[in-house]
Amino acid sequence: MSVKSTAARSSRGGAKRRGAAGQVPELVQLLTPEGERVEHSEYSIDLSPEELRGLYRDMVLTRRFDAEAITLQRQGELGLWASLLGQEAAQIGSGRATRPDDYVFPTYREHGVAWTRGVDPLNLLGMFRGVNNGGWDPNTNNFQLYTIVIGSQTLHATGYAMGVAKDGADSAVIAYFGDGASSQGDVAEAFTFSAVYNAPVVFFCQNNQWAISEPTEKQTRVPLYQRAAGFGFPGVRVDGNDVLAVLAVTRAALERARSGGGPTLVEAFTYRMGAHTTSDDASRYRLDTERQEWEAKDPIARLKAYLDNEKAADDAFYAEVEAESDALAKRVREGVRAMPDPDPMTIFDNVYADGHALVDEERAQFAAYRASFADTQEGAVR
Amino acid sequence: MTAMTLAKAINSSLRTAMESDPKVLVMGEDVGKLGGVFRVTDGLQKDFGEERVIDTPLAESGIVGSAIGLALRGYRPVVEIQFDGFVFPAYDQIVTQLAKMHARALGKVKMPVVIRIPYGGGIGAVEHHSESPEALFAHVAGLKVISPATPSDAYWMLQQAIECDDPVIFFEPKRRYWDKGEVDTAAVPAPLHRALVAREGTDLTLAAYGPMVKVCLEAAKAAEEEGRNLEVVDLRSISPVDFDTLQASVEKTRRLVVVHEAPVFFGSGAEIASRITERCFYHLEAPVLRVGGFHSPYPPARVEEEYLPGLDRVLDAVDRALAF
Repeated sequence: MSVKSTAARSSRGGAKRRGAAGQVPELVQLLTPEGERVEHSEYSIDLSPEELRGLYRDMVLTRRFDAEAITLQRQGELGLWASLLGQEAAQIGSGRATRPDDYVFPTYREHGVAWTRGVDPLNLLGMFRGVNNGGWDPNTNNFQLYTIVIGSQTLHATGYAMGVAKDGADSAVIAYFGDGASSQGDVAEAFTFSAVYNAPVVFFCQNNQWAISEPTEKQTRVPLYQRAAGFGFPGVRVDGNDVLAVLAVTRAALERARSGGGPTLVEAFTYRMGAHTTSDDASRYRLDTERQEWEAKDPIARLKAYLDNEKAADDAFYAEVEAESDALAKRVREGVRAMPDPDPMTIFDNVYADGHALVDEERAQFAAYRASFADTQEGAVR
Repeated sequence: MTAMTLAKAINSSLRTAMESDPKVLVMGEDVGKLGGVFRVTDGLQKDFGEERVIDTPLAESGIVGSAIGLALRGYRPVVEIQFDGFVFPAYDQIVTQLAKMHARALGKVKMPVVIRIPYGGGIGAVEHHSESPEALFAHVAGLKVISPATPSDAYWMLQQAIECDDPVIFFEPKRRYWDKGEVDTAAVPAPLHRALVAREGTDLTLAAYGPMVKVCLEAAKAAEEEGRNLEVVDLRSISPVDFDTLQASVEKTRRLVVVHEAPVFFGSGAEIASRITERCFYHLEAPVLRVGGFHSPYPPARVEEEYLPGLDRVLDAVDRALAF
């Protein structure tokens, strides 16, 4: 195993860093914030212009979808929305590194990853609108339901990966979580289990610097990627706003998992440009100057600069993406507004797979109660 | 028919399930080479290998959380929590994740996970080894909660739990592990959540499950010497409860005493008393009484016999119910 060399790499990174968490030690980067292509000693990538344009398109459409969702929340169509603004490269880069047979375990902010898996964006909105608590079949796109209690899904991913290994399959599993969830015991247990069983799982931590109002310093004394060393598997910190580096690093980690190398921790160093959710007010705990610093590292602007420098995209392409994102926004807007409230009787559906006498009894009682209004003016239709 | 202990019946049941379905896994702390601290899984790893009988790290949340992932992958994990008081690190995964996954996925995902928990007192153990937390699970929609009282039920109910597509919390009466009984592995078992009349009577119904069924049968025998004919209903299932069987019994006897080791306050007896009162209001000659643990931490072993419902406390409640 290459654990040893990685541990050495981690300690080299440690020597370079200036001490406190949050200050950048060793960061894998293939595209500078200015859009300049740079090389890295361990990670490389060679994409065709078409592939590069594909990543750009993914990020733009994801951002547009996200913006539309915020608007829909402001209009009262959604109860809540957790914006991914600023994290498009971390999500598109890692999501595009997965294969169809791989399995993804998201938190509740992985709208970009869902996009790369082919999940209909409208499916993501049901929970935020309040018409379901999840709402899609995870096995259709190998994309598990969103998980709100942070960190829990890292164990599900680990168990799923243990099953993949038992089946002798060469698929890999990727678990998303954030800097806040890194403090959860479940995440530590997932690291332990996956290491002990050498499970083919990649732990993808989007360190967006803020867990609602708490900065990363409130979660850790060491850079998060270094935690992996203590569990006996590699950890790597990647520029989370550099879609090329994220793609390269995640591909390598997934490949390592597929080939029996076990887990990897990827820390995507990024920034939550928006508030935690539409219910949050980030101005109460952080300075706008910080946000402005990160704005200069924007993932989409940086890829566009590269595309332009390379002459890999023309105005027609940008116009096409713009038109496509308008169409997506329109479809999402209309789709959400048309999304019906569930029939109250569905409260009793799918509580159990094999039935339960109490649920049957309560269903019947509630149906009778509702039917008792049938001859009143309001009727039972409500 | 074979006579075997309750522990052996569970062992045989696990073996049968693993033989008939390659997706059945056994996982937990010390379940492999050691065969579990109670030897319930003795010999399984030797015969089925480390890939199917999995010694896990000592982390209960990790055990249940990874079992959820394995179930999503198509496996049927049978998880062992070593002792009742050790389940709480896994409580979040059980309540927040396992119980709700099927509903959250609109029925598209099934969670056939069995969580075996040796529970209850009476073995002189140190703290956290004698608790009865079944009501904490019965309160949660999405979970099924059962507890066998006999080796035969232990064998069959575990088979049925493993075949069930829902998460099942399987509470094993650890103080009955070494009790022997007849097990017919060719029988047609009763439905999993059906209550059974363990002893027919006419004067009062004692309802219990797991370790307290034996106490109730002994109490009925003692009462018989005083000329009282008590019926004993073995509930077997705590979620759901078979209220139809219990109602039929109470309509006949007109009195009910519910017995469990768990604290009485907000315990399963409270729910049973409430619903039976609702169903049998005009049949009852006395309020439904409950016998169980006190609203205290489980006491040190030297006084646990005072805390646990025994023959005398059950008969005391019977006397009070009959005095109405």
